Amino acid sequence: MRAFDYHRPATLKEALSLLRKNQDARPLAGGQSLIPALKLRLAGPPALVDLGAIEELRGIRIDSGTLAIGALTRHSEVASSRDVAMSIPALARLADGIGDRQVRNLGTLGGALANNDPAADYPAAVLGLGATITTNKRAIAADKFFTGLYETALRPGEIITSVAFPLPKRAAYVKFRNPASRFAIVGVFVSEGAGTVRVAVTGAANCAFRARAMEKKLASGFTPEAIARIKVPPDGLNSDLHASAEYRAHLITVIAQRAVAAALAGK
Amino acid sequence: MNAPLIGQSIKRKEDYRFLTGGGQFTDDVTLAGQAHACFLRSPHAHARIRGIDTTRARAAAGVVAVFTGDDLARAKVGGLPCGWLITGTDGQPMKEPPHPPLAQGKVRYVGDHVAVVIAETLNQARDAAELIEVDYESLPAVVQAADARKPGAPAVHDAAPDNTCYVWALGDKAAVDRAFASAGHVTTLEFINNRLIPNAIEPRAAVASYSRADDAYTLYVTTQNPHVERLLMTAFVLGLPEHKVRVIAPDVGGGFGSKIYLYAEETVLTWASRQINRPIKWTAERSESFLSDAHGRDHVTRAELALDKSGKFLAMRVTTTANMGAYLSTFASCIPTILYATLLAGQYTTPAIYCEVTAVFTNTTPVDAYRGAGRPEATYVVERLVETAARELKMDRADIRRRNFIKEFPYQTPVALLYDTGDYDATLTEAIKLADVAGFEARRKEAEKRGKLRGLGYSTYIEACGIAPSNVAGALGARAGLYEAGEIRVHPTGSVTVFTGSHAHGQGHETTFAQVVADRLGMSIENVDIVHGDTGRILFGMGTYGSRSIAVGGTAIMKAADKIIAKGRKIAAHLLEAAETDIEYERGIFKVAGTDRKKTFAEVAFAAYVPHNYPLDKLEPGLNESAFYDPTNFTFPAGSHICELEIDPDTGQTRIVNFTAVDDFGKVINPMIVEGQVHGGLAQGIGQALLEGCAYDKDGQLLTGTYMDYAMPRADDLPFFKVATRETPCTHNPLGVKGCGEAGAIGAPAAVINAIVDALGPLGVRDVEMPATPERVWRLIQSANKK
Amino acid sequence: MGIAVSMTVNGKAAGADIDPRTLLVHFLRDQLRLTGTHVGCDTGQCGACTVHVNGRAVKACNILTVQAQGAEVVTIEGISRDGELHPMQSAFRDHHGLQCGFCTPGMVMNAIELVQNHPDPSEDTVRAGLEGNFCRCTGYHNIVKAVLAGAAAMKR
Repeated sequence: MRAFDYHRPATLKEALSLLRKNQDARPLAGGQSLIPALKLRLAGPPALVDLGAIEELRGIRIDSGTLAIGALTRHSEVASSRDVAMSIPALARLADGIGDRQVRNLGTLGGALANNDPAADYPAAVLGLGATITTNKRAIAADKFFTGLYETALRPGEIITSVAFPLPKRAAYVKFRNPASRFAIVGVFVSEGAGTVRVAVTGAANCAFRARAMEKKLASGFTPEAIARIKVPPDGLNSDLHASAEYRAHLITVIAQRAVAAALAGK
Repeated sequence: MNAPLIGQSIKRKEDYRFLTGGGQFTDDVTLAGQAHACFLRSPHAHARIRGIDTTRARAAAGVVAVFTGDDLARAKVGGLPCGWLITGTDGQPMKEPPHPPLAQGKVRYVGDHVAVVIAETLNQARDAAELIEVDYESLPAVVQAADARKPGAPAVHDAAPDNTCYVWALGDKAAVDRAFASAGHVTTLEFINNRLIPNAIEPRAAVASYSRADDAYTLYVTTQNPHVERLLMTAFVLGLPEHKVRVIAPDVGGGFGSKIYLYAEETVLTWASRQINRPIKWTAERSESFLSDAHGRDHVTRAELALDKSGKFLAMRVTTTANMGAYLSTFASCIPTILYATLLAGQYTTPAIYCEVTAVFTNTTPVDAYRGAGRPEATYVVERLVETAARELKMDRADIRRRNFIKEFPYQTPVALLYDTGDYDATLTEAIKLADVAGFEARRKEAEKRGKLRGLGYSTYIEACGIAPSNVAGALGARAGLYEAGEIRVHPTGSVTVFTGSHAHGQGHETTFAQVVADRLGMSIENVDIVHGDTGRILFGMGTYGSRSIAVGGTAIMKAADKIIAKGRKIAAHLLEAAETDIEYERGIFKVAGTDRKKTFAEVAFAAYVPHNYPLDKLEPGLNESAFYDPTNFTFPAGSHICELEIDPDTGQTRIVNFTAVDDFGKVINPMIVEGQVHGGLAQGIGQALLEGCAYDKDGQLLTGTYMDYAMPRADDLPFFKVATRETPCTHNPLGVKGCGEAGAIGAPAAVINAIVDALGPLGVRDVEMPATPERVWRLIQSANKK
Repeated sequence: MGIAVSMTVNGKAAGADIDPRTLLVHFLRDQLRLTGTHVGCDTGQCGACTVHVNGRAVKACNILTVQAQGAEVVTIEGISRDGELHPMQSAFRDHHGLQCGFCTPGMVMNAIELVQNHPDPSEDTVRAGLEGNFCRCTGYHNIVKAVLAGAAAMKR
């Protein structure tokens, strides 16, 4: 790890002021991606602004048909929350499958979204539920948030404060895991809400994306069979040691069908 | 308390310290004034070093010293030696290019050692290492074994322009060729035995210190064999007197072969500790371990089995290219030869076998022994051939094995080994029962209804352990003896400390060796402590590898115990005023035969140390005996493994449903510990078959350089194993033991792959490459569906 | 630049002036000499460094010491009382759930918190719960048995 200055503000306001003053500083949330990157010297910011002490960024609440989760809420808190289990059980199960237990005890929703790892789970849920990401400056629709490999619509000095998930009628997330990292090779989040169906795919491309052809088919019949014949083109999909683009394309259809089946079964 | 201890699942003596954080691993050692080392490693697979500028690094905060290969050359530090000379079919010795601890002139693999930075803190050492400027001229690299001898391939070493270390052969080629010419059926397979990275969870580490006061060195290091480490380092590399170097292997967190070898890091640290007159610590980062721990396996093989129409094996012909990596690691040369070709008879009476092995250099991390070392590769060859042949001849897979099993012992194989004992039918029969093979067809049909393809595969393996009769090993090229040493020190009040040259890094010797000694001497196990891993305390040792510890190290201790009893009998005869020949020893009591006159072991020990009433004219005081034991033959553990698995045809994902292992390790000292050894070996074998594969890109960059890309078996990848043992005692050591450490890793890969091929057989699949990743399996299913 | 940190480790106050890049595991090992917590990797996967921070199992190699400012930290050295093993430690010994002992402290610390959250775990729950802890020696067979037995013992 290279040397850095460390700040631990107690309020959001203080954090934003520190980030304004230190243009190259990195916000530190749970650190479960950032700290390994620092250790391997893949990243070396001159300063870290630790958001861990900012209580106002934590918490889970349901109001007016949405589930709002504070950006600093840890994966294990989402996984074990009664409110999440009652409103969007698929989200609780997704959170319970991120990384491993120890990672879930530190990793946060906001950190995962801001990092936008191409194989992360939360982007699939945010996109698959049509959530709204609130920052200190504005509200960003999920469809506008994930812009590329580790890239988001966030601007310098902008911090995610919370995420609002509309409550679906049913939803599910199924992940086919990389045998080494256990990140998603392909993860598919499906939801059926008031008049809308969403299918979001993670792990397969440079960032999470919606499978619109599948959404269209599922809108006229929310069954696994409805999408069984969809052939996803491999163009633009990731190809690596663990899975070729062709294999990932195939898996998207298989895993999406399983997600639909799971949503129907309430699993 | 004095009940027989052999065969009891006694809880381990070492567990309390590990469970409470009281273990003392190398990285836990902190010496006063210690500095920290960081090795600068090559980012290139192959490059000429035009120059190294260390000026900025030397000037950086906290830096104590920076050394490069030139510094070592000037100090006449030698190269890292190879301990086994293989002589080729051309009668020439293998090529042994120099292996400098810090690169000189050229780097030959990604991770090769370029310089060491020593600083007050580890962060300062790492910061300064980034300031070293190396002027590299990048050169083309050769990575895959199959490419190493192609015309135009870049030469890794000038001394071996065709990248060939040796071409070696074993067996009667003419007889094999004749058998093939007239065979009723020939089964042929070509495959790669995948390269693996050992991944002991404790990374390698070293703390070296030098004392000017007594001109002596102490090295704490993660090694499986401290005396061998010391011998190689002092005699061949640093030119130091052996008695001035103490090597301590404290608690070591797993080895699996990777900690047998003399590595560059501890060698450089030991040398440098004198240069700066301070202790120095180095601990590998895991990403360094991936690059610099010796890898395992990496064979490219073509294998053929000739049979008659009835399934009787007539001959086997095997051609293997083995990747040595960029340099010869300590035992690299003997793994694909002596520990591989000699095992190709397996459990069978195949009358003629010929194996030719070409060892090649490539621009990759050196390859050496990894759990099983040659024997897993041999078993894979034999057991894949046998099962494929059975399928081709439409024979039952157990029947074809039974038809060819060796049934009479001793048995001389056509590949140099003399099996002393075994009962292969018995282990197979029990495995078939335990795995409920009879119910498999019903389970397969049930799985089919759930859309899953279920398969079952066998592997009936043999291994040669108890390494080794030194004269045999010497004739085969070993440059060291392979005996073991032990010492028993009886204290005046009758408790004992046992010193062994074996080293435990998970095997539980502190318990099993104590069981052996306590049982032999007839005392409570609490009164026996085992000491290992310190050249300053133990007379000598060859260390722990090749499942040799109980067979060779245990026997050495037994011999020492017998000397203790023999001397005790003399003392007791004096104390009891009887003839020595009348003294019997049983369960801690010396007594005059046929009388109730007796002396306890403790009374005899006390008399030896307080010799007021003692035959001082005939006998030295004290009760301390040592022994060396050189085995007369290898031991031959063998067993039957049966794997049952399910494949999801939509994703290609394989899940092990059942894994059964019935092994014959000879006499079992502690069944709990033996079963644990089997479990661990199975996990590594299953890991090789399904998950683990070291991959390089075409330029020699390691693609599987972290746990993000190298798939380690996790708890949810594996089932509970069904494990049982049968005992046909080894005939040539007093304990009747054979060794158990590697069996799981040896037998499992073929069982898993045979099961996958069984599941996919109906689709026309006859082979799958290891590791059988979901995509590989899915592709096989896809191409079968297209046919 | 040094930063003053203070926390409670195994029930005792601990503090130091440290370089902010000091990982919690290095603070525990190097400053407090609590060497039972081990480092087995540099990417946060192996779990040998698992400790409890405010009652939660975390990887001490994946958290800065400064992030644990004011926290209650418990390490493997802090779970037995007066030489009496914690039920989970005893279960590991009774079921031979350790061989080389290197992954063991992290394994035990994770297992204890796993059981606190799942007092009656199934085999599948245990296997999934150990995803973040690598063992190269045991094939996990006896570790899973030990955690199941430890869970039963912790209820008593």
